[in-house]
Amino acid sequence: MSIPEKKLEGTRLFPLKQKKNPIAAFENVKKNYDDVQVLKGVDLNISPGEKLALIGPSGSGKTTMIRMLMTLEKPSSGHIKVEGKYLWHKEVSGGLIPANEKHLREMRQNIGMVFQHFNLFPHMTILRNVTEAPIHVLGLSKEEAHQRAVDMLQKVGLGDKLDAYPAQLSGGQKQRVAIARAVVMQPRIMLFDEVTSALDPELVDEVLQVIKDLAKETDMAMILVTHEMDFARDVADRVVFLHDGQIEEEGKPKDIFENPKSPRLKSFLRRFLKS
Amino acid sequence: MSWDWNFAIEVFPEILGAIWLVIAITFGSFIVALILGLVLTFARRSSFKPLSLLVYAFIEFVRSTPPLVQLFFVYFALPAIGISINKYTAGIVTLGIHYSTYVSEVYRSGIEAIPKGQWEAAKAMNFSKTQTWFRIILPQAIPPVIPMLGNYLIVLFKETPILMAIGVGEFLQKAQLIGSTHFKYLEPITIVGLLFLLLSYPSALLINRLEQKSNQAFTGKKNRRLTNQFHLKSGA
Repeated sequence: MSIPEKKLEGTRLFPLKQKKNPIAAFENVKKNYDDVQVLKGVDLNISPGEKLALIGPSGSGKTTMIRMLMTLEKPSSGHIKVEGKYLWHKEVSGGLIPANEKHLREMRQNIGMVFQHFNLFPHMTILRNVTEAPIHVLGLSKEEAHQRAVDMLQKVGLGDKLDAYPAQLSGGQKQRVAIARAVVMQPRIMLFDEVTSALDPELVDEVLQVIKDLAKETDMAMILVTHEMDFARDVADRVVFLHDGQIEEEGKPKDIFENPKSPRLKSFLRRFLKS
Repeated sequence: MSWDWNFAIEVFPEILGAIWLVIAITFGSFIVALILGLVLTFARRSSFKPLSLLVYAFIEFVRSTPPLVQLFFVYFALPAIGISINKYTAGIVTLGIHYSTYVSEVYRSGIEAIPKGQWEAAKAMNFSKTQTWFRIILPQAIPPVIPMLGNYLIVLFKETPILMAIGVGEFLQKAQLIGSTHFKYLEPITIVGLLFLLLSYPSALLINRLEQKSNQAFTGKKNRRLTNQFHLKSGA
């Protein structure tokens, strides 16, 4: 017998994911670009398997946060930890030294990212876009990488596009390839950076659906930077509202969207509900 | 004095005989330039500042001194410090180094045209630095600059007569020898000019075609081929 979904809302049968050791943690992380401070000291823990939505106005620092987790940008101060290990530093006999490329590559193994502008490799077929890293980074055999890639591409509905080039695909299709490309690496954390913002409106849903399906069946943690509030509410276990470089409010989707406390969150949501 | 057809026909094969040497020197130098150019490009981008500055200085120095002076330096001056190489190697090395500085600029323009997102995607997929260069960046950066590289190949080809100065028997030296033996320069020198024209012009046309092709890179080679076949069939 299945319990009607309504009843599950608000109660948790399996409390509480947050109590496990966090898979990623931000500790008083700050980021400056020249004299502009984009992040003003952020603390945030992400639990294994947690689906976290990062929302907030443009320029609030959401994208910067996940870009730092992907090692595309370096925090100005504070620490980021992944699986308990410092991301940007290496622990040496009690002290910390700046991470070298080897350390960063080890840490990156845990993390995958999907970009706003897809960033597919235009000189490779769709299939090679997805097999290239499993073969040359993970060291899988060609057959195994091929198998994994084809399975994944079928799952995102592109099993018939293996030999096409990115330029031949629509934006929605490109983004689905980009998701497949990141997921075949089997990271423990997946980052989604406004993955529908560059898409034509009619292509948004096919991409969101793929992510929803993925969120349901995977035990990867996911951090979703998004402006799609309905999507955030559907997918996320927890929503974090970032404002002006700080976490202004966080909580379960229901609480955040139905019962916002901070006036800034209220006015932010009002703007979205209007449209 | 007027044009002597018999003399021209008589000396033509002798001058033409240098063609393989000229081609070998041209391609030999160009390969040196392509490889060394890539090394210079990497070194120029090194995060180790002294290396990057040294390479910058080297490139500027080589580009602003005449190749003929460099040739004399390599062939006549280097032996004074114990480095002695034969004239063919000297020619290939000098032209190769000289053009590597231009080739390096061409690579640089190709690399800078690659969007930042490609580097970021490569990082997110956890490729190593070397893999990123050779699997992601260069395969995208080089095809669009192949026509520019081709132009330098032709310029390099036209530069080979300077090797006459160290006694390499290319077209011009052959013609000069013939001229001084028979006291007739009009025919042999004209033949040299014609040979350069005959070899350069078709190459330039070929490069033009390459240029058109490279403009449509990565837009679905397969489909285009299919479309062409379709047109051929339906046209028949």
